[in-house]
Amino acid sequence: MAEQALPVLDVRGLKTVFRTRGGEIHAVNDVSFHLNRGEVLGVVGESGSGKSVTMMSLIRLLPSPPADIRAGQVVLNGKDLLQMDAEDLRHVRGAKVGFVFQDPMTSLNPVFTIGSQIMEPLRAHMGMTKAAAAARAVELLELVGIPDARKRLKAYPHQFSGGMRQRVMIAIALACDPDVLIADEPTTALDVTIQAQILELMKELRRKLGMAIIWITHDLGVIAGIADRVLVMYGGQVVEHAPVGELFANPQHPYTRALLKTIPKISGAREARLKVIEGQPPIMTGAPQACPFRARCEYRHDPCEKVNPLRRGGGWSSSGPGP
Amino acid sequence: MLTFTLRRLLLAIPTLLLISLVIFLLVDLAPGSPASEIPLTVPPEVRMKILEALGVNEPLHVRYLLWLKQFFWVEPLNGFDAIFGTNYAEGMQRIISYQSRSPVFPLIGERLPQTLTVIGTAYLVGVLIALPIGIYSAYKQYSLFDQFGTMFAMIGFSVPTFFTGTLFIIIFAVWLGWFPTKYDTTLEVTDWDSFLTQLRQMAMPVMVLGLANAAAISRYMRSSMLENMSQDYVRTARAKGMDERTVVLKHVLRNSLIPVVTVIALGIPSIFGGAIITENLFGVNGIGSALIQAIRGNDLPMVQTLAFIFAILIVAFNLIADLLYGMLDPRIRYD
Repeated sequence: MAEQALPVLDVRGLKTVFRTRGGEIHAVNDVSFHLNRGEVLGVVGESGSGKSVTMMSLIRLLPSPPADIRAGQVVLNGKDLLQMDAEDLRHVRGAKVGFVFQDPMTSLNPVFTIGSQIMEPLRAHMGMTKAAAAARAVELLELVGIPDARKRLKAYPHQFSGGMRQRVMIAIALACDPDVLIADEPTTALDVTIQAQILELMKELRRKLGMAIIWITHDLGVIAGIADRVLVMYGGQVVEHAPVGELFANPQHPYTRALLKTIPKISGAREARLKVIEGQPPIMTGAPQACPFRARCEYRHDPCEKVNPLRRGGGWSSSGPGP
Repeated sequence: MLTFTLRRLLLAIPTLLLISLVIFLLVDLAPGSPASEIPLTVPPEVRMKILEALGVNEPLHVRYLLWLKQFFWVEPLNGFDAIFGTNYAEGMQRIISYQSRSPVFPLIGERLPQTLTVIGTAYLVGVLIALPIGIYSAYKQYSLFDQFGTMFAMIGFSVPTFFTGTLFIIIFAVWLGWFPTKYDTTLEVTDWDSFLTQLRQMAMPVMVLGLANAAAISRYMRSSMLENMSQDYVRTARAKGMDERTVVLKHVLRNSLIPVVTVIALGIPSIFGGAIITENLFGVNGIGSALIQAIRGNDLPMVQTLAFIFAILIVAFNLIADLLYGMLDPRIRYD
């Protein structure tokens, strides 16, 4: 994992807490990772493991209150996003960091045309005229594989299918040529054939445009197909961090192993029941002192109550020793 | 959209005919007779003649058909004559008020401007106050401003206009002496001074009614904004780096206005209906007080005609609300 150039995004010690009536929920606990130029970083974990909240915290997209980013640094191209004022941050969102969300059916504004929604960031961040923005919007729609793009600018979201809307979302995210694209489960709400199409599209776009991608998913198959490196998250922290091949070949953390075991096998005898990890991910009412996975772990032993074992990779937490 | 409009207009015809029949039958059930207004000194045979002249001795269906003909044929012809100076309607029997023995429509025409200026302005003021309050309350939910907005709406909702009206009269007219207690219908606006006088005498009824209107609409606006504020597309707009102004006043507002515009449009017929209590309180000689006088005086043609005009307006504004809905929301297309 030797890097020559500086990473495009460097996250250190990020902590996000939700203040609720029932007390504080520690959703992101001391998360550190980095993203190199042009690489795809997969982020996996169950629902509620803090994947989305981490990525939304990066560009302070969580409503505050209740969310509160307590600590950490998010350095993008040498600048800390957490220290920026709102106006500067606004010109990072959509311009340097593009976001694609999970549900394309609700992520586009139903009362504005596709064209105007693609043109908005172009006009706001790149100071384009209406005509220039429209021309660029056509280019973008063609780039994401929507035929007859010029005519489609005037269409409304409800006239598009889910897959096409997700393509539009990708076009919006890519509009200003961002350095980082954060894709938050972009294929989860789509059916399998469309998933494959979007996946292919993203690979192709990455080849063409060379942006770095953070791909959040709970589909390990998708991760195997697209990612260079993988973060495994659990209980709001990174429990394992490894190049993709290594992670699948030699998982270190019991949670990663448990996750990998849940993938049904194509070969061999058909399984009577799909494997699951018993239990629920924890609701973190405090910063983790012990291993958050201990309650569901089959390798559990006494030290699990005292230390927080994190395995391999960059971004060591202060709360746990190395492997 | 055109086919939809035409279809709705055609459907409005049987609806309105049915409404007119119901109104006619209901009004006919009312006790009392037009003869009760005629002094007892009038001899019985003259009394009979008067009743015959009014056509009240005819059977029910004849009177209904006659009224229909008068409403849909004679009165529009009269209106046409009045505008173009022709005399097509000459010699035809118009709808006659029992009380004043003169045609109903000119009477309504005299009253309508008062109602439209005062109640119409009050509605407009109400909407203009309500929208910003609703928008800002939702944007700063649970803030001090929102609490005040909620209190304002509670007061506007729960305190009746006859109370706020009286309170306003005591405070602003009696104690402070800023505004006159009574609305002077005869005032004509000819110059700047008379315009100011008109504004002064309108101020109180407009504020009283405006408060009541604003209360309801601001609540609709607030809840509609709140509903849209948590939508995914708002997060998308923020993720695109739009400023708060664009996010709230463009993305959220445009979606939130859809139901509110409908509510506002459906409230417009009530302007024409006047605000009976407020008009009486401030002495505004409008439609509302005309209706009350007509009901008290057993003036069946007047009551019937006013009620039917309101029915037409309600049907019309229902259609307008639907059309506005289609224009604001691209997902709704009526063809």
